[in-house]
Amino acid sequence: MPTDTARRNRRFLKRALLVSACMFLFGFAMVPLYRIACVHVFKNRIYNTADSTAKVAGFAEDTSRWVTIQFVGNVNSALAWRFAPERASIRVHPGALSEAWFDATNLAPATIVGNAVPSVAPASASPYFNKTECFCFTEQALKSGESRRMPVRFVVDPQLPPDIDTLTLSYTFYNNQLATKKLAEQERLAAGKTSS
Amino acid sequence: MTTHVAHSDAHHDDKPHGFFNRWVCSTNHKDIGTLYLVFAFIMACVGALFSGVIRTELAQPGLQFVQPYFFNQMTTLHALVMIFGAIMPAFVGLANWMVPLMIGAPDMALPRMNNWSFWILPFAFTLLLWPLVQYLLFGTGGGAIAGGWTLYPPLAIQGGDAVAFSIFAVHLMGISSIMGAINIIATILNLRAPGMDLLKMPLFVWTWLITAFLLIAVMPVLAGAVTMLLTDKYFGTSFFNAAGGGDPVMFQHIFWFFGHPEVYIMILPAFGIVSEIIPTFSRKPLFGYQAMVYATASIAFLSFIVWGHHMFTVGMPLGGELYFMYATMLIAVPTGVKVFNWVSTMWRGSLSFEAPMLWAIAFVILFTIGGFSGLMLALVPADFQYQDTYFVVAHFHYVLVTGALFSIIGAIYYWWPKWTGRMYNETWAKVHFWWTMVFVNVLFFPQHFLGLAGMPRRIPDYNVAFADWNLVSTIGAYGMFLTPFMFAFILWHSLKKGAKAEARAWEAAHGLEWTVPSPAPFHTFATPPAIHDEDLAHGDVTH
Repeated sequence: MPTDTARRNRRFLKRALLVSACMFLFGFAMVPLYRIACVHVFKNRIYNTADSTAKVAGFAEDTSRWVTIQFVGNVNSALAWRFAPERASIRVHPGALSEAWFDATNLAPATIVGNAVPSVAPASASPYFNKTECFCFTEQALKSGESRRMPVRFVVDPQLPPDIDTLTLSYTFYNNQLATKKLAEQERLAAGKTSS
Repeated sequence: MTTHVAHSDAHHDDKPHGFFNRWVCSTNHKDIGTLYLVFAFIMACVGALFSGVIRTELAQPGLQFVQPYFFNQMTTLHALVMIFGAIMPAFVGLANWMVPLMIGAPDMALPRMNNWSFWILPFAFTLLLWPLVQYLLFGTGGGAIAGGWTLYPPLAIQGGDAVAFSIFAVHLMGISSIMGAINIIATILNLRAPGMDLLKMPLFVWTWLITAFLLIAVMPVLAGAVTMLLTDKYFGTSFFNAAGGGDPVMFQHIFWFFGHPEVYIMILPAFGIVSEIIPTFSRKPLFGYQAMVYATASIAFLSFIVWGHHMFTVGMPLGGELYFMYATMLIAVPTGVKVFNWVSTMWRGSLSFEAPMLWAIAFVILFTIGGFSGLMLALVPADFQYQDTYFVVAHFHYVLVTGALFSIIGAIYYWWPKWTGRMYNETWAKVHFWWTMVFVNVLFFPQHFLGLAGMPRRIPDYNVAFADWNLVSTIGAYGMFLTPFMFAFILWHSLKKGAKAEARAWEAAHGLEWTVPSPAPFHTFATPPAIHDEDLAHGDVTH
């Protein structure tokens, strides 16, 4: 026969467990919440997607001004690739469509799928750097020993603050282990079919 | 009253017979409190052993004794064991013992769950430490988790299967803490003796009430974060994996949303303990009782909105940096209120300096030093220089060792006569205190200098320029290493030969716990006590 206090204890227990469960879910909810906060509240660009050609076409080339673009290529330690820009830096006019090339070579004995993650420094210049095409938008699968020449096309917004005259575009290549595993699986199945 | 009490009264008033029945099946708040405290002491010794390895390696530049990977396991385990195995269980043990005694309750509100919250812990720490034991004893496996206690991906999940062991251990610790916290809140809200109004409760009870709410709010968030690490490592998700579209910085945001309230979980009960000890040995009521309660609540609220100060250098909009800086510095206001009130309580009191008081005063002074270095770290431009240096290590050891741990030792000396009915040897206790006081400062104070000079934390080797202060720090560590043994000996000697303690073991002690005999009987307050204001320590009462 539960007393009044025991009933109150049990009621509190249920409520507290419910709160704990909600906080557990809140931990997961923070993943989209932070994304929303970054994009809509702090106006940070975190999506690695191409800018629309319509937006870029509206830019007028500012021939009175030069901006130096530096290129950096890094490879994460879990990826046995060689990866570097062809030129360390170029000078461009804001508003002009420019192009740079990066070279990657797979040094590992097996096919690996890599993903490149871009970053623009200084961070305050990031919103003014528009990529219309980039090897970082897609997965890059390289067979053992295979090399690839990869382009990035971009336009610097003429609205770029006047105090910024140098931008650094840096890429880090990561081993996309999940995609690599899937690809190896597919190759194994395909090999099995041809041999039988 | 509760079903538990009805059960106890009906059958027996004595302790259960046999080790298994008494301890493993215990539902008695005093026995479970003892279990928590003993467990915390053992874990503190294990954690001290890990720090001994760390300081031995760091005594000289170069690699002398251990390999870097093993060193990393030591730093990671030292933190996890000390935080989740020593400090938090010690506070929960104190709450188990003292909260029912202080509010006139017969036991905790949910005694069977209380048993469970404790007995999960040995399993959690077996899981956490097993990979290390397996590696050291059998030479198999890759050793324990080595990516730092903050478990930052991608490094943390690049370890071996010890990662999974540790994640499940953290889940169990979280479950244990949440159940313990629920129990404490239910006890405080539902089982207070009639007349024990909320604003007459001792401050230790108040601080634990607020701490328990923090635990319920943030431990599940940590559980969520480590679950995401687990699925990232083993099930191909990409929450924090840049290659799959995730963001490793996201983990830091989620982790510190837990982590900052966590540091207050480890210090608020200490505030409560000190607020009990200082009035007793100042022979004056606590100055500004209500201000203390509201300051504690403000600190708890602020703890939820300052997590970004742990990650100033990982990239944040300028507005974010400024916001987190100012919000963090705001915490100094309620904390300052507390320090002011402790000092004002002592002001013109007739002070006496028994061991608990010494630990409490040392807490006030040294915790304040830790608070000041915290303010320095809160300044964004300064933090860019200090982050990840030994300055940070010095800061959090001042607040956790000379803060949280000192208060726990003070609390044990203070309530020991109530628990055991025996006094300890005051002279030896003073030797224990002064020995610790000297060596803890020899150990941690030079780390401020090392950090300001640029020595990074979590490294097994360093520039020879840092050699001298590292040697001093290691000497301090060896001195500190003796203190748990001193403490254990003093307590053991008291049990065997200590003088009998009176019910009110300290002349000027107020509070319901001093109205029951020493040692406290196995069952207390089976019928709720009549509250006389002059028995109470705090609140709207007259002395």
